[in-house]
Amino acid sequence: MLTILFDGIAYGMLLFVLACGLAVTLGLMNFVNLAHGAFAMAGGYVTVVMVNRWGVPFFAALPLAFLFSAVIGLLFERTLYVHVYRKPHLDQVLFTIGLVFMSVAAVDFVMGSQQVFVQLPSWLEGQFTVFGVGIGRYRLLIIVICGVLTVGLQLVLSRTRFGSRLRAAVDDARVARGLGINVNRVFALTFAFGSGLAGLGGALGAEILGLDPIFPLKFMIYFLIVVTVGGTSSITGPFLASLLLGIGDVAGKYYVPTFGSFVIYTIMIVVLIWRPQGLFARPVGR
Amino acid sequence: MLLARLSQEEVTGRLVGRAHWHPLEVLFWVAAFATIWLFPSKHLILTEIAWLALFALSLDLILGYAGIVSLGHAAFFGFGAYTAALLAKHEIINEPVIALVVAGLAASALGFVTSFLVLRGTDLTRIMVTLGVAFVLREIANQNGWLTGGADGLQGVTMKPILGQFRFDMFGHNGYVYCLVVLFVLFLLARRIVNSPFGLSLQSIRNNPLRASAIGINVNARLIAIYTIAAGYAGIAGALLAQTQAFASLAYFDFERSADLLLVLVIGGTGYLYGGIIGAVVFKFMHDYLAVLTPQYWPFWIGLLLVVLVMVGRERITGWTAPFRRMADRLDWRRLRPRGETTEGR
Repeated sequence: MLTILFDGIAYGMLLFVLACGLAVTLGLMNFVNLAHGAFAMAGGYVTVVMVNRWGVPFFAALPLAFLFSAVIGLLFERTLYVHVYRKPHLDQVLFTIGLVFMSVAAVDFVMGSQQVFVQLPSWLEGQFTVFGVGIGRYRLLIIVICGVLTVGLQLVLSRTRFGSRLRAAVDDARVARGLGINVNRVFALTFAFGSGLAGLGGALGAEILGLDPIFPLKFMIYFLIVVTVGGTSSITGPFLASLLLGIGDVAGKYYVPTFGSFVIYTIMIVVLIWRPQGLFARPVGR
Repeated sequence: MLLARLSQEEVTGRLVGRAHWHPLEVLFWVAAFATIWLFPSKHLILTEIAWLALFALSLDLILGYAGIVSLGHAAFFGFGAYTAALLAKHEIINEPVIALVVAGLAASALGFVTSFLVLRGTDLTRIMVTLGVAFVLREIANQNGWLTGGADGLQGVTMKPILGQFRFDMFGHNGYVYCLVVLFVLFLLARRIVNSPFGLSLQSIRNNPLRASAIGINVNARLIAIYTIAAGYAGIAGALLAQTQAFASLAYFDFERSADLLLVLVIGGTGYLYGGIIGAVVFKFMHDYLAVLTPQYWPFWIGLLLVVLVMVGRERITGWTAPFRRMADRLDWRRLRPRGETTEGR
């Protein structure tokens, strides 16, 4: 029971790191980015290649995965995404689905369609027991890393100048522009950082979520659930939503396997109908 | 402003004028039916084009005319397909045409129930909800293997002859004629719908829901109505596929199907009824060509096409139809009478 809760928390934290970049970019530009998972996949595959083929230590590979995805994200943002912000949502959806399809086929072409795993250091495998609760070492590591990241993100957002600019831009981009905040720059940086986080999440999650070319499609709905249920006006909302989703999904698959992921989708629809702004969103004056 | 200067009769006259048949439209359908005799060896792919065109037409009704972005239109497609296949398998309704109507009505009912979910919220919420509905249906079909055959698909379906006369032959000749006739009949119905005052009110909702409600249009009721109709169309498209293939599978509910459908519609252009049909023709032949060229990686080219379409601008790419429309206008003797400054479609 507690083991399931623990696994669920690990899963939820992972989802949060994967999806929080999406939450911020969506809130900032009102841009529907279905291709977020592609950046996560990029980070995951880079880690696999580095660790398995080149023998880079796992912990050195993680920041590199972050950097790699961030650079790709920045590149795409500056060259392609900028042209799509002002277009209607239909165009944004088409554009990002196109990116997803391309990334799926490209990874399939380069890496093959089978599922891949990262070779973990041996001391991270297996689990130990505390007060009768089985705790996976790797999952504990995920919780620690993601927890530190979450606290760090919250501090950056609430304490730094960049954070306050970002929050101002999310609240009202026009007024923020009027105050001399370079919203486009803030957005590009956030996009790159969010993509980097997704890449890091992909690298960490390769073991738990499974990494194969259809990763962006498989988890697209999960990311979107986190964002829509959590709301886009803060990162606490998506964080709570991720935890709920993680615990709910793990527990649901364990206790009522016949329902599968059915429960998650149903809950999502109900929440969206009940509160279209998200469960934890504060009302935004727009 | 413009309307104020027009009398009631003039308005009616213009609306009726809008709905007149272009010579090119007549030509289009003559050509479509001519394919029955011209390309008998291509009937299998033409069948696929016919149901895909109907499916795209269905999406156009809600996206192009009512402005609802849906990423889960495959839900109704799959629902109709399973309904038709199950009716045939358990010999509940043996006659394909009646089964088709029943499948369409069933999908409509589903559309009516789920339409309340898409009324609220922004584009993003709608995208999520439509996606979610398709996923939920897919899960239901997956879990109830005793009924649907689960992941293996629904096998062992045998179709009875159409109207008790025409067998589904293995070269797909009768199947194609059947699909084409259904497409044509439903096209006529859709044409009637979008040219009616109801259809015009939908377009005003698409352009600005707030203003539409300000001039007394009941926005929600109209959206529910068109969503229900479109769901029925999608269900019939799915049923056509199930009947011609004598098979139904979980893949009918897939996200990729809904996404491909958006591409089909966008290739042809949204907001005019021929967009879906032209898009289906282009998409299927392109798919056929690319699938032979790179069987495994053709999604890459589809994705590239989507990105390029958006980057260049959809209007500019689908603008290639504009010269034809101008030519049609010149050919059209009825256009000599005075018209408003708006032109048909977008």
